[in-house]
Amino acid sequence: MASFEEPRVQINAPPKGPLFDAEEERLARRKRTEAIARWVVPIVVMVIAIVWWDRLVVWNEIPHYVLPGPGLVVETLWTDRAILFSALLVTLKITALALLVAVIGGVGLAILFAQSKFAEMSFSPFAVILQVTPIVSIAPLIFIYIENRLIGLLLCAWIVAFFPVLANTTLGLKSADHNLQDLFSIYRANRWQRLIHLQLPSALPYFLGGLKIAGGLALIGAVVAEYVAGSGGLASGLAFRILEAGYRLNIPRMFAALILIASTGVMIYAATSLISHLALRKWHESALKRE
Amino acid sequence: MPVVADARPIAQTILRMQEVDKTFAGNVVALRRMSMDVRQGDFISLLGPSGCGKSTALRLIAGLMRPTLGRIDWQTEGGGDDLGVVFQEPTLMPWATVEKNVWLPFRLRGKSLSACRDQIHEALELVGLKGFERRYPRELSGGMKMRVSIARALVTNPRLILMDEPFAALDEITRQKLNDDLLALKAKTNATVIFVTHSVFESVFLSDRILVMAARPGRVVAEIDVPEPYPRGAAWRNSHAYVETAQRTSEALQRTLHPETEAL
Repeated sequence: MASFEEPRVQINAPPKGPLFDAEEERLARRKRTEAIARWVVPIVVMVIAIVWWDRLVVWNEIPHYVLPGPGLVVETLWTDRAILFSALLVTLKITALALLVAVIGGVGLAILFAQSKFAEMSFSPFAVILQVTPIVSIAPLIFIYIENRLIGLLLCAWIVAFFPVLANTTLGLKSADHNLQDLFSIYRANRWQRLIHLQLPSALPYFLGGLKIAGGLALIGAVVAEYVAGSGGLASGLAFRILEAGYRLNIPRMFAALILIASTGVMIYAATSLISHLALRKWHESALKRE
Repeated sequence: MPVVADARPIAQTILRMQEVDKTFAGNVVALRRMSMDVRQGDFISLLGPSGCGKSTALRLIAGLMRPTLGRIDWQTEGGGDDLGVVFQEPTLMPWATVEKNVWLPFRLRGKSLSACRDQIHEALELVGLKGFERRYPRELSGGMKMRVSIARALVTNPRLILMDEPFAALDEITRQKLNDDLLALKAKTNATVIFVTHSVFESVFLSDRILVMAARPGRVVAEIDVPEPYPRGAAWRNSHAYVETAQRTSEALQRTLHPETEAL
């Protein structure tokens, strides 16, 4: 009897609060909690890790030339700012230029491949060889042949970064909808119109995926190349500063430089993700919010 | 062409297919000896089972492939350059708004959006999508996407519109609604349409001429005239003539599916 009565009471009761049932309410509450937790949880864990690092150093009395505490690292970041930030600028410059050239070269080559099968057959083996050969093994040769250190670094970073752009964009250019391609033929579109209005927009999501990968790789390429290139003179980036600090057992500065490199990588990833989101949010499946 | 003094003047022939054969690599005969005249204002359905070459016929007319034998002649100047096409899928550009999708045929002819905005809005109004100009395809339902596709096909007021099973992927109710609307559209624009379908009822409801096709090899086996002039209303679906024509069409289609009874 009681179980019969209960729902009737609920139906007759005036609706208070949100107008959905208990389950929906629970789901909505969980969603809200998750939205907050998405930001709070990683920050809290990060803070705990840093505090734990600090305590580890203090309680065990670890000397700073073995493991500096986070306070000392931040302090070094400040006291060595002149050296470190000029080094950061150099690394950033090489990374950004390499990424730019990778985008131009990768997209340009992809367009060429999409226009001509023979071009693809002829050149894609070179692209693959460049991609699969570790950059550390090519870099010494590059620095023998190329005297300008900056251009050498740029070339190394480019070799690492351009392939994902090329591979993804090529795939994207080829994946335009078949019926749309027919439609363009029926409307007598020329090669140029087809490229601009059909193939490039179709390739955009693929290209942006490639860009995200290439951004990280350009930084890796720039850093690795600098390790290989060694002593630097004017154009000394972060990698060189790490090497140098290592020779002098200046561990806090190594950590400070490392933090700068890591933040740069995170920034690049955030920037490419933002670009991707802004470009695709209106129409692409990947940017859809599911209900 | 001589002027004929008649209540219904003889419509101008715009396309003539003569003894067209299409054989694919590996000796697959997709189409054998297909002939038809398409006159201004015709609504022709190509009806048949899969593999009967109806889509091949459409692709040949669209100029996407050439006949192995026979001729396809446009009787009007620049006929082949003046087509509208609707595929089974809406085939919209997902990155472009509704308005810009409908703009495509003009855009590929080098016309700016502002120069043809009136025509675009008129076409969208015809298919009942006024006010959706700035929406993206993903915001629309399947039926609405199809309407955009139809608007794009007729925005240039083409001499001939080709429709390749346009409503086959839609649910029955949406399909019926779109059929009604297509008839209304036909009444308003007197468009010339070749319509590929595998639905007997759809073909009878919409068209004034039905070419029943058979498979292996693809060929036309029967031609059925639908005795109901345009404009037709949705009430046509309940009339005696409709049921009778559907029955005749169905029988013709049955014979293609069971050729042994034809031999008897």
